[in-house]
Amino acid sequence: MKILVCISHVPDTTSKINFADNDTKFDASGVQFVINPNDEFGLTRAMWFKEKQAAEVTVINVGGPETEPTLRKALAIGADAAIRVNAVATDGFSVAKQLAKVIKDGGYDVIIAGRESIDYNGGMVPGMIAGLTNSNFINNCIGLEIDGNSVKAIREIDGGKETVSTTLPLVIGSQKGLVEESDLRIPNMRGIMMARQKALTVLEPVDANAETTSTKFEKPAVKGAIKLVSPDNLDELINLLHNEAKVI
Amino acid sequence: MSVLVYTESEQGKFKKVAFEVASYAKTVANQLGTTVTAITINAIDTSKLGIYGVDKVLNVTNTQLDDFNAKMYANVIKQAAEKEGTKVVIVSSSANSKYLAPLLAVELNAGYASNVISVPTSVSPFTVKRTAFTNKAFEFIQINTDVKIIGVSNNSFGLVETSGNASEEAFSPSIAESGIKVESVDKVSGQVSIADADIVVSGGRGLKGPENWGMIEELASVLGAATACSKPVSDLGWRPHGEHVGQTGKPVAANLYIAIGISGAIQHLAGINASKVKVVINIDPEAPFFKAADYGVVGDAFVVVPELIEKLKAFKAQQ
Ligand SMILES: Cc1cc2nc3c(=O)[nH]c(=O)nc-3n(C[C@H](O)[C@H](O)[C@H](O)COP(=O)(O)OP(=O)(O)OC[C@H]3O[C@@H](n4cnc5c(N)ncnc54)[C@H](O)[C@@H]3O)c2cc1C
Ligand SMILES: Nc1ncnc2c1ncn2[C@@H]1O[C@H](COP(=O)(O)O)[C@@H](O)[C@H]1O
Repeated sequence: MKILVCISHVPDTTSKINFADNDTKFDASGVQFVINPNDEFGLTRAMWFKEKQAAEVTVINVGGPETEPTLRKALAIGADAAIRVNAVATDGFSVAKQLAKVIKDGGYDVIIAGRESIDYNGGMVPGMIAGLTNSNFINNCIGLEIDGNSVKAIREIDGGKETVSTTLPLVIGSQKGLVEESDLRIPNMRGIMMARQKALTVLEPVDANAETTSTKFEKPAVKGAIKLVSPDNLDELINLLHNEAKVI
Repeated sequence: MSVLVYTESEQGKFKKVAFEVASYAKTVANQLGTTVTAITINAIDTSKLGIYGVDKVLNVTNTQLDDFNAKMYANVIKQAAEKEGTKVVIVSSSANSKYLAPLLAVELNAGYASNVISVPTSVSPFTVKRTAFTNKAFEFIQINTDVKIIGVSNNSFGLVETSGNASEEAFSPSIAESGIKVESVDKVSGQVSIADADIVVSGGRGLKGPENWGMIEELASVLGAATACSKPVSDLGWRPHGEHVGQTGKPVAANLYIAIGISGAIQHLAGINASKVKVVINIDPEAPFFKAADYGVVGDAFVVVPELIEKLKAFKAQQ
């Protein structure tokens, strides 16, 4: 079984978000980048398939050379090989087209991508890959078992979960719940050393127009001061929520 | 040419988001000088859509579509878009719509903007404002394709009533192969889900243990709210994963978010900041949540919450 895990290189969750060039670009200076958390859950599940079912796991990113440390981290966690498609990731659709090309050429059985990236929050790449490669698609995946060609998965739905069955080739949108938090791995020294020996292949992109273009960013308005209510005067809280905020 | 809006229903009844996206679609149609067509799947009574600006309803009834299936539904919407010659398709930000929209984008070769929070700031070039960086910023994006898909963020636009009437037209699209079979559904019935909720009551590690969630559930029930929790609470197994909200959990865009015993870490706030009004109840006046909320009570949750429940019950009884 060949698994491809799509890795989005995103600012660490604690990052302050700033913009440069007249608010037209994300300002990466001083920002620590990490594997998108939803991808990390997927990668961890892929490691299980590698160890239990001898799956071969490749990680991939569409981006510039600056994303390579993030791919190396995925290799240190245990992926067998990495691919970087050398293109600026401008929008979800063009990224999906780059990924779809690699998937078709590489004959992968299972594609794991995150439900959404925590930077642009597009929530579109996994579904678009599935559409472009004509694979089955399970979003919000919180459980995955594969036996030969058949797949059993659990998916989170509003207010609960559902169990579904399908076949390979498959794309999943992974999220928290797919693995236990305690299963997440921090690369150890040996992993980091081994990662240096593993192949990181750089591929040139195919032509893909940006379907959407980011033109400007804005930060939320600074919030007004909080109104504190004494715990002895909760009627006042109800009054404020009813008459001022009009939410109850 | 009309604007096409996908109005979701569950067991035949429209979800609230259906009326919100219809209201949104009406405004976009006005900007473009055209009408609104709604596509509905197995809805029982479509007359209400007229109130929210829909001019025509394509009502698909087919038992093969009884259960939601992203691929089949996306294909039905695609056929409706082609039939109407639509250039703008509008969907909600429900889990189901977010599941099908990227598939629809591929089918229609359309640019898709998700988490959109206001009507287009310009229709030429077609530009919308969306949230990015998990609510830490807004992004203006231009959709360059001929056909465009907009995913409207929940509770960002609200409901707008007009005095219109929607005509209904039967529509029998061909049905695609599903590829995926639903084996079983495990859903707590009678509970408000976080995605649909106007009000969310959320508990953190300050509540000490799962046995103390009774008061959270009771407060939620008095308010008709959904219950949620912080990440450590679900990691510890006190509450199910589906209740975890924040940057790596579910996003919450409610009208009212009440945080009880939650410190207000940046990852938590990022996921709930799109909520309109935030209330914090925390024993520690230094908790960061007090900088992010609109209203706050410094106090012990085990004293404040039971009292708040009693007072709210009295308030509700008066209403
Ligand atoms: C990569 C990453 C992603 C993350 N994603 C998320 C996420 O999506 N969502 C999320 O929630 N967290 C997330 N976190 C975790 C986050 O950093 C915090 O650790 C977490 O939000 C803290 O949860 P808490 O507020 O419930 O607990 P604590 O920080 O332990 O706070 C408990 C609070 O309860 C108060 N308290 C104690 N006793 C009482 C009482 N009797 N009455 C009232 N108040 C009381 C305390 O004053 C304190 O403020 C993430 C962390 C990382 C590293
Ligand atoms: N530039 C990229 N390279 C590789 N994978 C990506 C890239 N962008 C997004 N993805 C994958 O798609 C998922 C969803 O991203 P998005 O649609 O941008 O929210 C991410 O969690 C990744 O798995």
